[in-house]
Amino acid sequence: MDKRKRSFLKVAGSSIIGVLGLGWVRPVTAAQVPGATRKPVEALTGKRLALAVDVKKCSLEKGCSACIDACHSRHNVPTQLQAEEEIKWIWKETYEHAFPTQAHRYTESTLKQQAVLVLCNHCENPPCVRVCPTQATWKREGDGLIMMDQHRCIGCRYCMVACPYGSRSFNWQDPRRSLGDQLNREYPTRMKGVVEKCNFCAERLVFGEEPLCVAACRSKSQALLFGDLEDPDSEISKTLKERHSIRRKPALGTEPQVYYLV
Amino acid sequence: MSDYGKIILGLVGFLVLCTSPFWYQVLSSDGLPAPELKLPVGEQGCVESKEYMRALHMDLLNRWRDAVVRDGERIYVSTSGREYQMSLTGTCLGCHTSRADFCDQCHTYVGSENYCWSCHVEPINLRVEAR
Repeated sequence: MDKRKRSFLKVAGSSIIGVLGLGWVRPVTAAQVPGATRKPVEALTGKRLALAVDVKKCSLEKGCSACIDACHSRHNVPTQLQAEEEIKWIWKETYEHAFPTQAHRYTESTLKQQAVLVLCNHCENPPCVRVCPTQATWKREGDGLIMMDQHRCIGCRYCMVACPYGSRSFNWQDPRRSLGDQLNREYPTRMKGVVEKCNFCAERLVFGEEPLCVAACRSKSQALLFGDLEDPDSEISKTLKERHSIRRKPALGTEPQVYYLV
Repeated sequence: MSDYGKIILGLVGFLVLCTSPFWYQVLSSDGLPAPELKLPVGEQGCVESKEYMRALHMDLLNRWRDAVVRDGERIYVSTSGREYQMSLTGTCLGCHTSRADFCDQCHTYVGSENYCWSCHVEPINLRVEAR
């Protein structure tokens, strides 16, 4: 009996000390800063930002790569890597490969081999976001863009497996090794071991500028249309209502937000 | 207990050995040089007060990172009412132009490594290192 009383007092005593000790424990909270943060007033906003690619107008076929070059040089995407370590934000694919479910044996050969511009589709139901274990990639409230936080990416590559469009690339080596003198000092690079992809130029949208690919195409073929699909008066909304458009692998239910006018 | 003296001697020797790096620092004349920060010339002050920046610049940088990356915000309104663009390379290193002369001075001194620079670009020193 004595022994049980003794052990009870031990447990009770240490519990009281433990509870009192909790008073000194500081909960981990988000950093508090004295100032305030806000968006720039000129930010380009929309409820559902999307891109339309006019395949008929696009001159990829004729060797134009203004949009790809503008994107990759500005975002420090190394272009000299071997195929298996390749990093792509926006690139060229044949119609047959971009739309495997829409091409068949008898599709006219000109269309089958037609060069098509492909990039992250910024899906309405993004499978990459569902699988990310660290929430390093997420769908942005407000405009629906699929964002990447390179600070949080642990390089597990689940998102790369989940993405049915191959829109994500892994940094197998330090990108600075191959960037060399081409480094753009106004934009960060990535580091070895993280995944990257197109961000619809979120860093430009926030200052009211359209994505680089769209800006680069404006002076060339004017084949790219960027805008808000929830706004019925936007150019992209009007065009999609008038012309036939297709999307990549629609049966998967990801609801891609890059539309192809064919 | 005939080994009493030996044990004490051993313990003292052990303690001296363990703490030798500290003694070395104190006794040697050419100890670790104190950090020397090169502050930007002609600037009124930092984003927040000197005392705040010195103690909690990491909190500010973390908040800036979350605001820019997660919330799509870019403007910081400081307690003095001045507005700054939240940008490590643009704003912080716009004034503190050299990482080696500013950040690294204290970070190296206390042995706290930061990995900002594996992605963020420094205005001057990177080109040299990359080669």
